[in-house]
Amino acid sequence: MTARPTRRTAMALVLAGPLALRLSPAAATPDEMRAAVDAFTGGRPVNPGRVTLDVPLLVENGNAVPLKVSVESPMTEDDYVKEVAIFNERNPLPDVIRLHFTPRSGRAAAETRIRLSGSQNVHAIARMSDGSLWSAVADVIVTAPACAES
Amino acid sequence: MVAMVNIPETVTAGTVVEVKILISHPMETGFRTGPDGTLVPRNIIPEFRCLYGGEEVFRAEIFPAVAANPFLSFFLRAEQTAEVELLWTDEAGQEHSEARLLTVQ
Repeated sequence: MTARPTRRTAMALVLAGPLALRLSPAAATPDEMRAAVDAFTGGRPVNPGRVTLDVPLLVENGNAVPLKVSVESPMTEDDYVKEVAIFNERNPLPDVIRLHFTPRSGRAAAETRIRLSGSQNVHAIARMSDGSLWSAVADVIVTAPACAES
Repeated sequence: MVAMVNIPETVTAGTVVEVKILISHPMETGFRTGPDGTLVPRNIIPEFRCLYGGEEVFRAEIFPAVAANPFLSFFLRAEQTAEVELLWTDEAGQEHSEARLLTVQ
């Protein structure tokens, strides 16, 4: 049986077209994000896990997207989370926020609201006191992106 | 600049306390054009710090991707009765700090 365009694939193309066109030249590409991530990690391997990144799957307003990040750690003097960096793929700048924790933080968790200029992946990378790196990714669909009207 | 701070007043020793702050600030990204068609100069709060008993317990480096009127929530472990200070300066040079006494029983 030969593959022929179904109604579903036609719909997918119709829906995906405008998404591809919306990428503005000012936006950071995933490559720029990768460069920012490499600068943060120093080329060390990043393991998936230990980080929980909580961003809504679908947001209406890209101007204030709630973001919650937490990292599993005992938060003692010997073993704690030093830093959590949040990166995005399509905003003009790849960095979002860097959170610096100490053993006295008690819990490596934080919450804020961010701007997203379109549907994209948001990445969180945590650096532990032993230097190991852990990460999580969240895919967000934004219906009304930030920076749309100016 | 106005800020709303939420920290419990009295807790038992060893409790991990949530600190919440909402700062009234435009967090101008520097990528937006104003009514006259020119770029509105960037003015964000690039750094936020929290001291507890004079010692830094939490710090955030903030980029333009943080929303206007930034909200931050984070934690600290209550060990002794001490002042919790929240400090930030925006790129226009406006300094601000908030202090709350955290009583530990």
